[in-house]
Amino acid sequence: MRASPLQRLFAAALGWTVALVLFFPIFWMVLTSFKSEGDAIAPRLLFSPTFESYRDVFARADYVAFALNSVVISVGGTVLALLFAIPAAYSMAFHPTDRTRGTLLWMLSTKMLPPVGVLVPIYLLFRSAGLLDTRTGLVAIYALMNLPIVVWMLFTFYKEVPNEILEAGRMDGARTLTEVWFLLLPLTLPGVASTGLLSLILCWNEAFWSLNLTSAGAAPLTAFIASFSSPEGLFFAKLSAASTMAVAPILVFGWFSQRQLVQGLTFGAVK
Amino acid sequence: MATLTLRDLRKSYGSFEVIKGVDLAIADREFVVFVGPSGCGKSTLLRMIAGLEEITAGELDIDGKVVNRVGPADRGLAMVFQSYALYPHMTVRQNMGFALRLARVPKAERDRKVNEAARVLQLEPYLDRRPKDLSGGQRQRVAIGRAIVRQPKVFLFDEPLSNLDAALRGQMRMELLRLHEALKATMIYVTHDQIEAMTMADKIVVLQAGRVEQVGSPLDLYHHPANLFVAGFIGSPRMNMMPVTAAVVGDAAVTVGLVSGQQIAVPASGGATRPGDALTLGIRPEGLHIDPAGPILVTVSLVERLGGLTLLHVKAAGDQDLTVQIEGGDPTRAHEQIRLAIDPAACHLFDKAGQALPRPARHTLAA
Repeated sequence: MRASPLQRLFAAALGWTVALVLFFPIFWMVLTSFKSEGDAIAPRLLFSPTFESYRDVFARADYVAFALNSVVISVGGTVLALLFAIPAAYSMAFHPTDRTRGTLLWMLSTKMLPPVGVLVPIYLLFRSAGLLDTRTGLVAIYALMNLPIVVWMLFTFYKEVPNEILEAGRMDGARTLTEVWFLLLPLTLPGVASTGLLSLILCWNEAFWSLNLTSAGAAPLTAFIASFSSPEGLFFAKLSAASTMAVAPILVFGWFSQRQLVQGLTFGAVK
Repeated sequence: MATLTLRDLRKSYGSFEVIKGVDLAIADREFVVFVGPSGCGKSTLLRMIAGLEEITAGELDIDGKVVNRVGPADRGLAMVFQSYALYPHMTVRQNMGFALRLARVPKAERDRKVNEAARVLQLEPYLDRRPKDLSGGQRQRVAIGRAIVRQPKVFLFDEPLSNLDAALRGQMRMELLRLHEALKATMIYVTHDQIEAMTMADKIVVLQAGRVEQVGSPLDLYHHPANLFVAGFIGSPRMNMMPVTAAVVGDAAVTVGLVSGQQIAVPASGGATRPGDALTLGIRPEGLHIDPAGPILVTVSLVERLGGLTLLHVKAAGDQDLTVQIEGGDPTRAHEQIRLAIDPAACHLFDKAGQALPRPARHTLAA
C-alpha cells in the first residue's frame, strides 16, 4: 500500500519529533559540558565555549583507566554471553522439547526481577569468591545479566534457518560443532553481530552492578560519572563533561553500527 | 557394495506409531522407489535410513552391520532433499566440496572430484555462483552433485523432482537413470509420483499408513497387485473396480456375476472363496473395449481426447463409474450409449478383505 503525501508528511513530522525529543537531553548535555559553571547553572543558549570542565575532569580522574575497564568488561561480558547463548539457542531452535518454550519464557521472566532484590546475596557471593572490584566479576555478572536477551535474539535468528540445510550438513559428515561453525554461524552472522552489538551497548550503559560491586580497580565509565555526581552534584558543567566522555565511545560506535543494529532488531519482522 | 536390510523397523512419536514394522531387503546397485500417498510414512522411513530420525524399534543393517545407533555423518550415505537444502552462503564449488572438506580430503583431490562431478552434471560454468543465482533445475543438479562427489554407499532421494516443472522433471528422470547406471550405486528414492516410480525403479515399495503393502518390480505391481490398495494406487488412469458375486469357484478360474447379470470366467484361483461370496472385480481402463455385441451397456459421460489415447468416462448399471482407454482417436461422443466387452484375462479379483485372488499365469513381463 502506498501512503498519500499527507500521510508521509505526518509520518516524517512524527519521526522527527520523536527523534528530537529523544536526542535533546544528549544535545543539552554536550552543550553544557562546554559551558562555564556559571553558564551551566543558569541555562543559557548563548555562551562562550570553554574546555575548562574537561581540563578539570581530566585532572581529577584517570579517564583512560575507567574507559579501558568499560571496554574490557563490555567486550568480555558480551563474548562470554555469546559463548553460552550460541549453544543454548542452537539446541532450543533445532532440538526443541516440550519444555523449550517454557524455558525461554522463564529466562525472559528473570529480566523482570529487580536487580536490587538479589544485590545482597550476589554481593556476599562476590565477597567470598574474591570477585569484588574485579573485571572478572563484572564480566561474569554482565554475561549473566544479558544471557536471556542474547539467547532470545539468537533463538529467533536460528529459527529462520531451514532445518534441512543443517540436516544436509549432517549427511555431508558435519558433527554438532562443525555444523554450528560452518553452517549456522555464517548463515546467521548478521543476527549474531547485532545481538553482540546490543549486548555491548547494554553492558556499557549498565550502572547498577558496576556501582555496587566495584570501587576503584575495576570501575568502568559509569562509576566515573557517578564519582562526579555525588560530591559535586551541583557542578553541572563538569558532570556533563564526564558524561559526554563516558557516552561518546558507545555513541560513535552505535552510530557506525546502526544499520546492522536496525537490520538485526527487525529481522523476521519485515520480509 | 552396499546392501540394506530393514528388520521390523518402527517409528513412534509419543504413542503415535507412524512406521508400523517394515521388513525390506535392498540389494547392491538396486534402484528402489518408496511410493505411497502423502502421510504414508515414506519420507520418515527414508529419514530413518539416513539417520536423521531415530529408530524406535527394529534393526537397520547396512552391509551387514547394525547402524541404529550410528549418526548420519557416519553411515556413508548421501541424501538429496526436496528443497535441495543447498548452503546459501557457499558457491556451487564449495557446496559440492563441503563433505570432502569435512573429511579432510586434500584440496587438489577435492577440486578434481568437484570438477568431475560438475562436468557430468554440466555445472562447470556455474561453479563460482551462489545458489540464489541458479535456476531450479541447476540447484537440483548441485544437490545431486553434492551427493555424487562423496561416492557414497547409498544415495537417498526425498522427492527430488517435485519442485521442477513437468518438462524438466522428465529430463531429470532420464538423467538420474543414466547416473544410476554410470555410478553403479544403490539408490533409494521417495516419491508420490507413480510415473517416477514406474519408470525408474528396479523395485517399488508401496507404503500405506506406515505399512508395506507390496514390494515388486513395476510391472509386477501393475499386473499382479497384491491387494485393492496397490491395484488402485499403481496405474493411471486408475483401475476400475466393480462389485461382483462369485458363482463357480475353481482352482484355475472363478466365474463371477456382474451387477447387470452377465457372468465372466476370470483366470484366478478361488482358494477359500465360496460361491455366493461378494468379491471385487478390477479391470484396467485398457482391458475394456467398445464392442457392439459386448455384455455391458453404458452411457458415456465425458470424453478426454489426448491424441494418441482417448479416455471415455462412462456410467454402467448400478451407477457404476468406469474409465475406458482406447488407443488412438475415437468418434464416440458424450451422452452416447455404447456396449463394452471385458477381457477376462485382464481381470483381477479381490476378496472381501481386499486381498487379490492369485492369478495362475504370471504376466510375461512381470518377472
